[in-house]
Amino acid sequence: MDKIFNNDRPIYIQLVEMIRIEIVSGKFKKGQKIPSVRELALIMKVNPNTMQKALVELENEHLIYTERTNGKYVTEDEKMIEKIKRELANKIVNNYLNSMKNIGIDYDLAIKYLQEGGKDGIS
Amino acid sequence: MELVKCNNLCKEFDGKQILSNINLTIQKGNIVGLLGKNGMGKTTLIKLINDLLIPTSGEILINGEKPGINSKKIISYLPERTYLDKSMKVSQIITFFDKFYDNFNKEKAIRLLKDLDLDINLKISKMSKGMQEKLQLILVMSREAELYILDEPLGGVDPATRDYILDTILSNFNEEASVIISTHIISDIERILDEVIFVDKGKIVLTSSTDKLREKENASIDEIFRRYFKC
Repeated sequence: MDKIFNNDRPIYIQLVEMIRIEIVSGKFKKGQKIPSVRELALIMKVNPNTMQKALVELENEHLIYTERTNGKYVTEDEKMIEKIKRELANKIVNNYLNSMKNIGIDYDLAIKYLQEGGKDGIS
Repeated sequence: MELVKCNNLCKEFDGKQILSNINLTIQKGNIVGLLGKNGMGKTTLIKLINDLLIPTSGEILINGEKPGINSKKIISYLPERTYLDKSMKVSQIITFFDKFYDNFNKEKAIRLLKDLDLDINLKISKMSKGMQEKLQLILVMSREAELYILDEPLGGVDPATRDYILDTILSNFNEEASVIISTHIISDIERILDEVIFVDKGKIVLTSSTDKLREKENASIDEIFRRYFKC
């Protein structure tokens, strides 16, 4: 996991975003146990309190759940993961289209460029 | 639970008000940044908490008690200047600390010295300023204390070591302990802070959770500090 934070935004929100990506990309698999708050805080080099706050947020989103005394797990709900993945994808698409619009490229041309450039752009 | 509480704390030197009406609470399990320009009262506040100065009026309570023998047992303090005997070797200082403090963890100190490439056989007088600062910090962080008070711990060390120091603070830190760090090097340190306290002209002008403040101002603590303290 990348541990470079942007100090302009709340760190816990950035942690939520990072862990969300770990889950939708499958690096954290569904139903998998996730490391403890302390371990995660050490991995990400953040304050444990901040990590705790991020996990509470993810739990509110139902992306993770707590099994009483056993620790925290990634949701088993594939639909939920897909839904969040779709939301993230939409955000990326909108950012792309907006950036294109800013340099004077309309929707159709943006799609065309995407198809052309996309072929060798993906690694 | 409240670890430190200041009630209407005032300190005067020669009739000059250095700190006025400080009201402050520090909870267990928090890392707090004490931020302010030079000469605004940060070190005076720290010395009062450490029982090195006596308040002119008001009070300080550490775990509900006035500063004294009990508070010194649980506070591990890094002063802004080193006080180590320059004629001693690192190994002698380690032995000294081990005897002096019940809660000194010698094994940990030796491990940290290794991590930072400090030679245990070296005399303090042969060490550079940065090396001495590292040693001092290792000694302070190797005590199993309830409150760590670090007065400008990052001033003389390079950025790579700075990161190591911050990681050491984080990995040492547990729910029972709190850390107060006074500094004006904010950008490097703000990622580990739970709370910030801005001190200006002897007064506390702002207390906030770090993330709440970032959210509210849409800026880093460093940026907010620069805006606030603009000359």
